[in-house]
Amino acid sequence: MADPIHQFQITPLPGLDFGEVTLPVIGTVHLAFTNSHLAMTLAFVLVIAFLQVSTSRAQVVPGRLQAAGETMFGMIDNLAQSIIGHDGRKYFPFVFTLFMLVLMMNLLGMFLTFTATSQLAVTATFGVLTFALVVIIGIAKNGLGFFGLFWPTSAPLLLRPVVGLIEFFSFLLRPVTLALRLFGNMLGGHVALKIFAGFIVSLMGVALAGGVGLFALPVAALSLGMVIALTALEFLVAFLQAFVFAVLACIYLNDVVNLGHGH
Amino acid sequence: MEAEAAKFIGAGIATIGMVGSALAVGNIFGQFLAGALRNPAAAASQVGNLFVGAALAEALGILAFVLGILIWLG
Repeated sequence: MADPIHQFQITPLPGLDFGEVTLPVIGTVHLAFTNSHLAMTLAFVLVIAFLQVSTSRAQVVPGRLQAAGETMFGMIDNLAQSIIGHDGRKYFPFVFTLFMLVLMMNLLGMFLTFTATSQLAVTATFGVLTFALVVIIGIAKNGLGFFGLFWPTSAPLLLRPVVGLIEFFSFLLRPVTLALRLFGNMLGGHVALKIFAGFIVSLMGVALAGGVGLFALPVAALSLGMVIALTALEFLVAFLQAFVFAVLACIYLNDVVNLGHGH
Repeated sequence: MEAEAAKFIGAGIATIGMVGSALAVGNIFGQFLAGALRNPAAAASQVGNLFVGAALAEALGILAFVLGILIWLG
């Protein structure tokens, strides 16, 4: 059976492997334009193209494409406003950028042989970026009051250090869970797809041998059904994970933006 | 036992953690449905909370899955 992990291999595209290159500050690195680069670049270009096309020639009564673009925009705008509140608009561009890029990478993974978001390096970058932004905004907005995040005034005084410590560690785990959730969902989904697809091929091979092997035929048909159902599920997951990423980014931003005067 | 075999068994055992996550996600959606049927008018406003809860519960299962993969390939 085909190796289900093979699809996550990063390989340089033919003709675009530049080998070992010495860069000024960074030092010697292996420079190549890989399939991961290609998938991310495609996602980036598609996001820009989609939003550009859907907003050009904007009409009062939106066409199909314009309606799709406006729905995406409106959904995240609503989300930021309902979670962060009054200041939501300020952070909307960041959340929307994250959402569109993650969504496009997830969706592209369903059409290409490579999923950019199934690479831990990619999702970890998104996670760390969000975490760093939360910390920077928290300190810029509240100064040292930022550490009030780990001093829950609603808890009894005696328990406060303990609760605060737990809060602190769960705060530090945020980028890890953000990155692992997206990575794990994409990895798991695509591995499952590949395994069931592999079943079809190997079981059909058994069935074609004839004789007792014919009993493998219904199982192969079942696998085919599973692949179709899983593909539909994966499209849902692709959207859902991008949405969840955006929601969590909003919640984390809300923690520091509205620190002390929760609403 | 060969070290290779122990690795596969360990990876399998590590992914058992996903059972808890499956129960949790099922519980969240089930409870949401039960609540939504009682008060459909309030359901739409809670969809955001629903997905956040599901995502948080799911994350721990994914953690177990990733550990399994790490043990398997590591």
